[in-house]
Amino acid sequence: MSTLVSPRVTLAVAARVLAQLRRDRRTLVMLLALPTLLMSLLWWIYKDSPGVVFDSIGPSLLALFPFFIMFLVTSVTTLRERSSGTLERLLSMPMGKLDFLFGYALAFGLMAAAQSAIAVGVSVVWLGLDVTGPVWLLLLVAVADAVLGSALGLFVSAFAQTEFQAVQFMPAVVVPQMLLCGLLVPRDRLPGVLEAISDVLPLSYAVDAMQSLVKTASTGEAWADVGVIAGFTAAALALGAVTLRRRTP
Amino acid sequence: MMNNSVEITGLTVVRGGRPVLDGLDLAIGGGVTGLLGPSGCGKTTLMRCLVGVQRVTSGRVNVLGQEAGSARLRDRIGYHTQAASVYDDLTVKENLMFFARVRGLGRTAVDRAVAAVDLDRHAGQVVRSLSGGERSRASLAVALLGDPDLLVLDEPTVGLDPVLRQELWQLFHRLADAGSAVFVSSHVMDEAERCDRLLLMREGVLIADGTPDEIRASTGSSDIEQAFLAIVGGEAA
Repeated sequence: MSTLVSPRVTLAVAARVLAQLRRDRRTLVMLLALPTLLMSLLWWIYKDSPGVVFDSIGPSLLALFPFFIMFLVTSVTTLRERSSGTLERLLSMPMGKLDFLFGYALAFGLMAAAQSAIAVGVSVVWLGLDVTGPVWLLLLVAVADAVLGSALGLFVSAFAQTEFQAVQFMPAVVVPQMLLCGLLVPRDRLPGVLEAISDVLPLSYAVDAMQSLVKTASTGEAWADVGVIAGFTAAALALGAVTLRRRTP
Repeated sequence: MMNNSVEITGLTVVRGGRPVLDGLDLAIGGGVTGLLGPSGCGKTTLMRCLVGVQRVTSGRVNVLGQEAGSARLRDRIGYHTQAASVYDDLTVKENLMFFARVRGLGRTAVDRAVAAVDLDRHAGQVVRSLSGGERSRASLAVALLGDPDLLVLDEPTVGLDPVLRQELWQLFHRLADAGSAVFVSSHVMDEAERCDRLLLMREGVLIADGTPDEIRASTGSSDIEQAFLAIVGGEAA
């Protein structure tokens, strides 16, 4: 079957998505700069506060921004592709569903890498974020997290008929994860039921990984979290593939 | 076996509880076959069935010796959707290069397709900045990539100026002469004259099938629009 991945088609999709982004300067600039600006704002907010609040919230936000930005961008882009007829055209061509999904994941993964590199770099160098563990692993977590956001965005775009609906999936899918990921209250201090829920939400693991990398030099926990994120990503992509139907009513 | 590019038996498509196509039987051979009928009569649904993107309720659709929609057909069919299916934020050339790469085709195929729809001068232009007709041609060029064995073109000439329309119909005939089967839909009756074979469709049913001359002669009409009215009137009586 044609569900096998073709590197040629996957790369063609990824290159095309990047070419579209390059045309859309405003989106490109916002993608690259916004997380860094928000990190800087956060640093400023806590600048005159005693204690090390920035060091405790900063890492969580490094996990959060790539996740929700990529979720939003991908769900809207894919929806556009569904409604413009280009997806139907592609599916009538020799393109596997996974080529399409991996192409998108690859393009947005690259964007996420650039976005996170800037945010992490600025946070560590100028904002004085103390990272005990290896910075490159922090970056890897951010990229894995962004790819996860893309994969979830691809999946939910199947359930939205309009861009308005797609945007509404942000508060529905992303905000609960933000509230429960340990940003507001450490997860082990959440009420039992909520802690159990936070255990099955992917963003929790990205935040855990970031926090452990900031606090400790050991990388075991972070790698385990990356594994969990990768698992969620694979599941979201598989579900996304199911929603890509060649035949529609 | 190879006489017919498309063989359809008992094709039924039900959408929203209403049959859009109802037990349709049809065989399409070479040449330019036109599918004419009013908007909403089921033309697009029938075309989507050939391409294999329409969910079918019952019946069989065989295309180039294979079941419609099978993976091996995806290289051999060029499909032009009614709405232009191209990326607005890419140039004409970038759009075609992308679809060509998906199809495994090279730059030559792109250049030929762009030239065929007369968009050479606009090749470097972003699709969003093109006129409606130019966008539609860019989308048509994608369908022409790599000289497919079957071209399924859903209203490819809507909104184009008469000179260009004539050129496109000449192109369709050249492609047909070169061995492609060309299946074109239109709701403009005067385009009927340009087809080798004409199918008239109304409310999901084929009401006439023949050369334009045959259809006119059978109804004693001077043009296809009159013939269409005569056939519909005869049915109602």
